[in-house]
Amino acid sequence: MISTAVIMSALELGFVYALVALALFLSFRILNIADMTTDGTFTLGCAVSATMAVAGHPLLALPAAMLAGAAAGAVTAALQTKFRIPSILAGIITNTGLYTVNLAVMGFSSNVNMMKTDTLFTLVKPYLGVGYKLIPSLVITVICGVLLVLFLKTRLGLSIRATGDNPDMVRASSINTAFTVTVGLCLSNALTALSGAVLAQYQKTADINLGTGMVIIGLASLIIGETLLPRGKTGLKVLGAILGSILYRFIIAIALRLDLPSECLKLISAVIVALAIGLPAIQGSFKPATKGGNDGC
Amino acid sequence: MLKITNISKTFNPGTVNEKAALTNLSLHLEKGDFVTILGSNGAGKSTLFNAIAGSFTVDSGTIRLDGQNITNMPDYKRSKVIGRMFQDPLKGTAPNMTIEENLALAYMRASSRHSPFSIITKSDRADFRERLAQLGLGLEDRMSNPVGLLSGGQRQALTLLMATLVTPKLLLLDEHTAALDPATAEKVLELTKKIVAENNITCLMITHNVSSALQLGNRTIMMKDGRIVLELDGETRQNMTTDDLLHAFHNQGVDNDRILFSAE
Repeated sequence: MISTAVIMSALELGFVYALVALALFLSFRILNIADMTTDGTFTLGCAVSATMAVAGHPLLALPAAMLAGAAAGAVTAALQTKFRIPSILAGIITNTGLYTVNLAVMGFSSNVNMMKTDTLFTLVKPYLGVGYKLIPSLVITVICGVLLVLFLKTRLGLSIRATGDNPDMVRASSINTAFTVTVGLCLSNALTALSGAVLAQYQKTADINLGTGMVIIGLASLIIGETLLPRGKTGLKVLGAILGSILYRFIIAIALRLDLPSECLKLISAVIVALAIGLPAIQGSFKPATKGGNDGC
Repeated sequence: MLKITNISKTFNPGTVNEKAALTNLSLHLEKGDFVTILGSNGAGKSTLFNAIAGSFTVDSGTIRLDGQNITNMPDYKRSKVIGRMFQDPLKGTAPNMTIEENLALAYMRASSRHSPFSIITKSDRADFRERLAQLGLGLEDRMSNPVGLLSGGQRQALTLLMATLVTPKLLLLDEHTAALDPATAEKVLELTKKIVAENNITCLMITHNVSSALQLGNRTIMMKDGRIVLELDGETRQNMTTDDLLHAFHNQGVDNDRILFSAE
């Protein structure tokens, strides 16, 4: 039932979307912010990447998409920290605005076709053979994961972690929370945009609706990962997010293999997400919650 | 050192909830002063600390620390030179981060010379271990444990260490032992005395315990309705008994069961 091709494509997509899981690990788990910018930022990454690739710069497209994503994150952060808009609303506002921005980036068209365009993947195909899609996706995600783990050990990284963990304490330690929130959201949105950028080149098309539901898919991957690797240091948690994303793609692939019509995909995703996010609560009825600062006091 | 001149703060002005929390309050501290603050609930003690630490800006008046006007400085900048501890042991530490990481954060106050991308070095770690050992709680062997696993007393002792890791110009202690059991509270108080004395830190401490208000430090003030209603220092303070102080309370119209009980 599950062919090699299905496994390969699940792995490839798993690594590509894992960047969104890493982004949400940073914003949702570390900073404790449900960043609703994610959907729009993902599409922004797709749009920038596709437009740049069509213009003949498939590699430059990736850092450009990250920069664009970081800018979107900065807008959300500014709405939150300067204008005191609640974080969820700030994300939704940016997300709404991004719809127009994304259309504009794609030349006011709702999709960009890259069938005859050189992409990151077609460039490496002569050297990598069958793995030409898997290897670049894997390498990009692993590099981002390693850099994220290293970053979180630095003084700035520690400040960002503390901002999400105990804001009272952070202000008493001479850390500007507005600054740490901004850096965190810029980084997480850069990762999300990178994911969109790689995906657009992977499937040789960008569409205005590609990002729809991305925040939920990313969260599901993250939480599946946490269920796989419930405890451990930051490195293990990042690894968990990547594994969670891959497992999520396998679940989707199996669901599709069961001859479910593709129109049902969104509903299947929603059910999987609800189950994945609900799982810790179901487990919680058997063992005490691990998250939170009240233990041991 | 610390010069507070005529500060006032009214919360929710112009509404039914209007509350004058601080009224023309002035306070002058010399370097090395250790002032204990008494007063019933709602007297404005914590509001005074919030004003000094910059949790809000005062409506009028000025606050100067070491000659520098800090009246309008944001809280995170003030915390470079002001250490603060709360009653709630959960407030001062990040529970999901390790002891070592918490200390590294506290250490950042002084280390502007470090790049934001620098990591905890071996010498930092050795330094933290030595300082933790001075607490005498065995925390130096648990540096990679998350702080959430520690008891309230251990967390409060760690917070004390974090607040003083880089010697602050001013230390604000807001009933920092009130949530601990008596034996642990005694231990944390002893540590506080030791650290404050060793580093000659200027310190303000809110307490509800009349006897420790008289025993600790060199000055005592009493607050009521956002004002300082009684100031004790020198010989008057030395000759003061807890009973005298309780009488003073009654004369000021301060009636507080918590204070009365704590005088036992």
